[in-house]
Amino acid sequence: MKLLEHEAKAVLRRNGINVPVGKVVQTPEEVGPALAELGLSEGVLKAQVFTGGRGKAGGVKLFAGAAEGAEIVRRLMGATLVTHQTGPAGEIVGSLLLESKTAIAREIYCSILLDREANNPVLVLSAEGGMEIEEIAETHPEKLLKMHPLVGHDLWSFQIVRACNFLDITGDTAKEFATVLNQLWTVYQKSDASLLEINPLVIDREGHVVLLDCKFIVDDNAEYRQKGLGNADADKTHAEIESAKFGLSYVSLDGTVGCMVNGAGLAMATLDLIASVGLMPANFLDVGGSANEEAVTKAFEIVLTDPKVKVILVNIFGGIMKCDIIAQGVINAARTLGVKVPVVVRLQGTNVDQGKKLLAESGLALITADGLDDAAKKVAEAAKGVRS
Amino acid sequence: MSIFVDKNTKVVVVGLTGKAGSFHAAQCKAYGTQIVAGVTPGKGGMIHDGIPVFNTVHEAVAATGADCSLIFVPPPGAADAIVGSADAGIPFIVAITEGIPVLDMVWARKEVDRRGSLLLGPNCPGIVTPGECKIGIAPGFIHKRGKVGIVSRSGTLTYEAVYQTTQLGLGQSTAVGIGGDPVHGLNMVDILKRFNADPETEGIVLIGEIGGPDEQNAAKYIKENVKKPVVTFIAGAAAPTGKRMGHAGAIVEGKSGTAQAKKAALKAAGAHVAETAADIGPLIKKALG
Repeated sequence: MKLLEHEAKAVLRRNGINVPVGKVVQTPEEVGPALAELGLSEGVLKAQVFTGGRGKAGGVKLFAGAAEGAEIVRRLMGATLVTHQTGPAGEIVGSLLLESKTAIAREIYCSILLDREANNPVLVLSAEGGMEIEEIAETHPEKLLKMHPLVGHDLWSFQIVRACNFLDITGDTAKEFATVLNQLWTVYQKSDASLLEINPLVIDREGHVVLLDCKFIVDDNAEYRQKGLGNADADKTHAEIESAKFGLSYVSLDGTVGCMVNGAGLAMATLDLIASVGLMPANFLDVGGSANEEAVTKAFEIVLTDPKVKVILVNIFGGIMKCDIIAQGVINAARTLGVKVPVVVRLQGTNVDQGKKLLAESGLALITADGLDDAAKKVAEAAKGVRS
Repeated sequence: MSIFVDKNTKVVVVGLTGKAGSFHAAQCKAYGTQIVAGVTPGKGGMIHDGIPVFNTVHEAVAATGADCSLIFVPPPGAADAIVGSADAGIPFIVAITEGIPVLDMVWARKEVDRRGSLLLGPNCPGIVTPGECKIGIAPGFIHKRGKVGIVSRSGTLTYEAVYQTTQLGLGQSTAVGIGGDPVHGLNMVDILKRFNADPETEGIVLIGEIGGPDEQNAAKYIKENVKKPVVTFIAGAAAPTGKRMGHAGAIVEGKSGTAQAKKAALKAAGAHVAETAADIGPLIKKALG
C-alpha cells in the first residue's frame, strides 16, 4: 500500500516527528481559510500523487496570497501529471497539500528500505538530497552511506556518529538529526513499511531539521495489522480492487491478450510467452492456489469484460489448484457473459482429465492447447484471425 | 542421492488441523512421506487422520523424533512457528505460508540462523525427492526419479520444469522451490552447492524471476564452481517496472534486478538461457546429450 504525501506526513506527525504545517485542499475556495487556519500569508501547493518527479512536471508551486494560491489550485486540480515514472498515461491530481514554505540551507537524502542481500532493512543517507538517488547510486556509490539497524532496537550510537560525520552535521542540528533518524526507524518498524523515503530532508537556515517530502510504502503482507494508515485502493484500478476482494492478484497492463494463470511465476512466464509471439498482455492475473469456483468465475469475468482484450489465454498448472475448478469457473463466466473473443485453454496438473472433460462437454467454442509452446502458437493464430 | 530429505525423513506438520494442512499432509503421506506428527496449539492429544497431534513442536520432537517441519500456519503466526521449529532443534524447516509480513521474516531468519537450522521458503511449494518423499504442496504424480536437479523461486514454474523433464524421460534428482518472498531461507546458491556435489544430478535447471540478488549470486557461483550443464529461465521480462506481480520479491529494483541483467549474467557464467518457459525441457535435454 502506497501512502500519499499528506497521509505519510500525518503518520510521521502522529509519531512526534516535526513536519511542516499543512492542510489538504481540493477547491480554490479552500485556500484562503487554509492559510488563515495555518497562520500563513504565503506557502507552497503540492499535487498529491504517487509518482516521483512531480516537481519537474509542474506539480509543486510556490505562491503568495490566497488569490494566487486559488489560481494554482484551479489549474492543478484534475490535471494529469506526466513524469518519467508514470508513462504517457500520467496520473490525475485529486488533491493538493498546502504547506508552509521552508528556507532551505541544505538538502539531504534519507531512506529506509529492505536490503535483500543482507535480509535486513538498510538506512541510506546522502548529502545529495533532492536528486535522483538511483542515478547517484549508479555513478557515485561513494556518496551514499548504508547502515543496517537491528530490528527491535534503536539505531546504534556509532551509526548516529557515522551519519553525522558523513553528512558533516554538528552541534544542536546533530542532536535534532539523531532524534529524527531514530524516530524514522521506529515508524518504519511500527508501520511495517517497505519503503520510508525522505527526499529531501532539509536543514533550514536556522539549523532545524525539516522533512520536506515523504514516500511511504507499507508491506502489503502486513495490511491486516496496519489498517487506517492510508487508502489501500488509492493507486489501484477498478478491476484490481474487485479482484483483490476475491483474493486474486491482478494488474492491468496495456496490451490485447487477456490471461488467467495460477501462480505468480507462471503468470509472469505467461506474459513473457505472449510477448515472445509479438503480442502484448492486457493484464497479469494470478488466481493463486486456493481460489474456489466463485473466485475463478470472478477472475474470468474480469478478463472477459476488459474491452482491450482481443484474445484470452487460460494457462493453468494445477498443484493445490485443481483443473476441474478452473474449468467450471471458465464455463460459469462464459455462460453468463458470453464469449466474443477466441479463448485458448491450456490445463495441466492436478485433476487435468476432469477439467478437460468438463470443457469438452460444455459446448463452448474453446481452443485447447497441450503445452506452453502450443498455447503460444494458438494465441498468435487466434490474434491474426481477430485482426483480419 | 537425495539432497536435504529422503524416505527416512520424519515430518511434523505445523498447522496440521487447518484446511490446507490436513489436505496436504494426506497428499504427502500418500506419496510415501513419513508424516509422524502434527502441531496445533490447544489440540494436543488428539489424533487427526491417524496422525498424533501435539501442542508444540518441542513435544512432537520429543515423542516422535521428527527431523523436519512443514509449516501451514496462517501469516500472523507463521514466523513464530518457524522459530519454534528451529528452537525445538528441527534441522530442516519447510514454510509453505504465503503472505508473512517482511519484518517478521527479518527476525525469524536471524533466529533460525542463530540456531543452526535450515529454512526452505516461506511462500514456497516445498521439496520433492521423487520416489522417496514429497514435503510441501507440489503435485506428486508429475515427478519421476532421474538426473535433473530443479531449483526455482516459483511454485508453478517448478511444476512446469518437472513436467517437461518427466515428459522428456530425464526425470528429477530433487525439485526444490525456494519461494518468492524477499526475505527467505535457503537461496539459489545453497541449492546449487548441493546439486553440484550430488552424483545423481547430471544437469541443473534454475528458474528465477525479476527482483532480488539471488540469480546474480547464482551466476557467480556457477561461473566459479559448476561444470554440470545449467539451463535457466528468468520470468518477468515483459513485466513493467515497479508493478508488483504477485510475489513480493518481484519488484524490479534498479538495473541488476531486471530479467535482461540476470539473463546476461547467467549466460556469461556459461548457463543456457531459455527464452520462454516452453524451452526449459528441450534445452536441458540437448545439454545432457
